Amino acid sequence: MTALFYIAAVVAVLATVLVITRSNLVHALLYLVVSLFAVAVVFYTLGAPFVAALEVIVYAGAIMMLFVFAVMLLNVSADSPLRVPRSAWIGPLVLVAVLLAELVYGIGLSNHALHAGEVGPQQVSAALFGPYVLGVELASMLLLAALIGARHIAAQPEVPDTEDPAGARDEG
Amino acid sequence: MAAVSLDHGLILAAILFVIGFVGLLTRRNLIVALACIEIMLNAAGLAFVVAGARWGQADGQVMFLFVLAMAAAEVAVGLALAIRFRQSLGRLDVDDADEMKG
Repeated sequence: MTALFYIAAVVAVLATVLVITRSNLVHALLYLVVSLFAVAVVFYTLGAPFVAALEVIVYAGAIMMLFVFAVMLLNVSADSPLRVPRSAWIGPLVLVAVLLAELVYGIGLSNHALHAGEVGPQQVSAALFGPYVLGVELASMLLLAALIGARHIAAQPEVPDTEDPAGARDEG
Repeated sequence: MAAVSLDHGLILAAILFVIGFVGLLTRRNLIVALACIEIMLNAAGLAFVVAGARWGQADGQVMFLFVLAMAAAEVAVGLALAIRFRQSLGRLDVDDADEMKG
């Protein structure tokens, strides 16, 4: 299990680096799917099989499918060059390397072993609909609001009125 | 079963978060920016699950479910905005958004 964790971690990091460096948008999204699969394996090795399944079904299945559909709708392949000049990478890389070093230093190497054994779907569901049931309701409202908002934003604009209502009132 | 240490899991989450952050800072394509936000949210969820696995409790996984629902809502609205952006400006470069003044 330990070896599986480290192999999947390396795959996740490599695939994520490829996501942000590819200039072809579809390739980047497919590498993101690989990264999400690798993180799902990490979840499984951490003893969270329910979340591993959800990662594959919801993230890699539903959310990435939304991305791919959006790319197809937008026909981005003929778009402006996606590559940024190499010099634009230097500043963010240096600053973020400092941030990562601080994070790793803050996490420390105290070698706390993780709890042995897995937390299955039954325990997760008991917690989800027990103490966290208010959060479930809030998540459902958030998803409904996002659905209505996305429909409203992405809808084709109606044909604008030829007459400005305010101008018509002035003329009348 | 899990002989992985807590620190290695958290460091993996930090590395993934930071990679997503670099992508968000450097890439100018709106879709790639949304994908980088997904990477960062996923890394935050990974940190929750690792922390939950430290004590063998289900709370970390519950928080991951909330992060998942939030990511789904965010990406739906974000991609709708990308479609409108493309329709009105003809491109997907986030630098073009400065034409939206007022």
